Amino acid sequence: MTQTLLPRRLTLIAASLAAFGLSAQVQAGTIEKVKESGAITMGIRESSLPLSYLDDKQQPVGYHVEICQKIVDGVKAKLGLKAVKINYQPVTSQNRIPLVTNGTVDLECGSTTNNAARQQQVAFAPTTFVTNVRMAVKKASGITGLQQLNGKPVATTTGTTSVQLMRGHEKGKGIDFKEVYGKDHADAFLMLESDRAVAFVMDDNLLAGLIASSKNPSDYAIVGEVLNIEPIAIMLRKEDPQFQGMVNATVKDLAKSGELDKLYKKWFQSPIPPKGVNLNFTMSEQLKEAIKNPNDLPAEQYNIKK
Amino acid sequence: MNYHWNWGIFFDQVQNGDETYLAWLISALGWTVAVSITAWIMALVLGAIIGTLRTVPHRGISFFANAWVELFRNIPLLVQMFLWFFVVPELLPKDLALWVKQDMPAKEFVTAAICLGLFTSSRIAEQTRAGIQSLPRGQTNAGLAMGFTRAQVYRYVLLPMAFRIIVPPLTSELMNIFKNSSVAFAIGVLELTFVSRQMQEDTSQGIEVYAAVTLLYFICAFAANRGMALVEKRVQVPGYIAGAH
Repeated sequence: MTQTLLPRRLTLIAASLAAFGLSAQVQAGTIEKVKESGAITMGIRESSLPLSYLDDKQQPVGYHVEICQKIVDGVKAKLGLKAVKINYQPVTSQNRIPLVTNGTVDLECGSTTNNAARQQQVAFAPTTFVTNVRMAVKKASGITGLQQLNGKPVATTTGTTSVQLMRGHEKGKGIDFKEVYGKDHADAFLMLESDRAVAFVMDDNLLAGLIASSKNPSDYAIVGEVLNIEPIAIMLRKEDPQFQGMVNATVKDLAKSGELDKLYKKWFQSPIPPKGVNLNFTMSEQLKEAIKNPNDLPAEQYNIKK
Repeated sequence: MNYHWNWGIFFDQVQNGDETYLAWLISALGWTVAVSITAWIMALVLGAIIGTLRTVPHRGISFFANAWVELFRNIPLLVQMFLWFFVVPELLPKDLALWVKQDMPAKEFVTAAICLGLFTSSRIAEQTRAGIQSLPRGQTNAGLAMGFTRAQVYRYVLLPMAFRIIVPPLTSELMNIFKNSSVAFAIGVLELTFVSRQMQEDTSQGIEVYAAVTLLYFICAFAANRGMALVEKRVQVPGYIAGAH
């Protein structure tokens, strides 16, 4: 019995080894992969204005998308390749980390917070944007601070760091929200718009983007204290020093040459597609600092309790 | 794959909280079961009534029942979930709408259970109709000839057999309702799919989290299957299809 089973078992082992070999090859290094296939896969978001989103022609655009395109140009130049094809892969808050670790996405250019838990799974390029978590309200509600939210429904998006923040504040300050959850930013904003929630807690740049593209932008305001400061960065695979080195070098060059400031002006302080609205979003002190001294410090380093 | 494994994650404390992730999963399982069972009771009652009405020889009544079935089975479940959550309240008077949107207790749960219950009721109605129509026409005629009213024919002749016949497809339906309840995450019910997404985001340990949630869904559906197998055994009529083993 055992003897007849043995060959079958061996094939099974061989097959699983082959599968492992295959995945090991993918992990051999992004640079190798790009050289071999002549292509790189960029993870993009569909509605993370103005960092990474689809314009009216359903083309990925945004501040981080443009930085990533420059990173790919850098890789192309260093490897002396004539052309590198960029494949765009839309990702969500939930699947972006698995897609990067399993090799589907090489460079995630969305709006991902760099924090310590995530650094266990992935690596981050130097911080290219810093967001403050605040809340959007309807002006007519007269709400200006967290204290006024006691007992009221407050919206946020499932699977974002804002949910943890709200939990922390609830405990710390004795404020009792009723959290309601949208499955994405657009749904969570719809909750605010349709009065299912009186406030929407999220990264302020995303709030500004959602308000700018809403039906009546003048009905909404971003108010209240800053719940958290979060460094947002481009994400890539861990333990891939060759690729990480090239990415870091490009981002540092962009920071030094003043290119990042220009890109910031283009996406945060000028009219942007699809509606030609200007977010008028001034650069935060933390981002100025991050551009002066490029680093990949996690969010925890930005919010040390004093 | 270059993955940092941590199966102990379930016993870690939630960030900014006192409970463990295991406690989250248990409470999420509770919501999944609550949504599913509430929806199941609704679906069973409504489905049996609507399915029976579809076979009644009265044009108006059968038209109503047919319309019900077509309405709820031709729209994707996720779309129905959004319709109930975002659109229906807007059709109510302003004060009532605001109450439904902000102050109604367990509003996500109620919306999800109603939506899933109505969706499933159309499927159960279809099965009930099939069960009734699978019986020979002679049974109705014999009942009427014996002086039963039409209601009595349904009560004493048709339905007792029809319900026995449709136990196997009902089993699939009960298993489906557990799986379909995952759509409720989209409107913010804190059920298994919702918690798996949130926990994945908190911990970045996606594979462990989804493995655990997959197992819990499997257990729910399998328990439903075994429970219904017992029902099937208890109600079988010897020699009839539901009892044929």
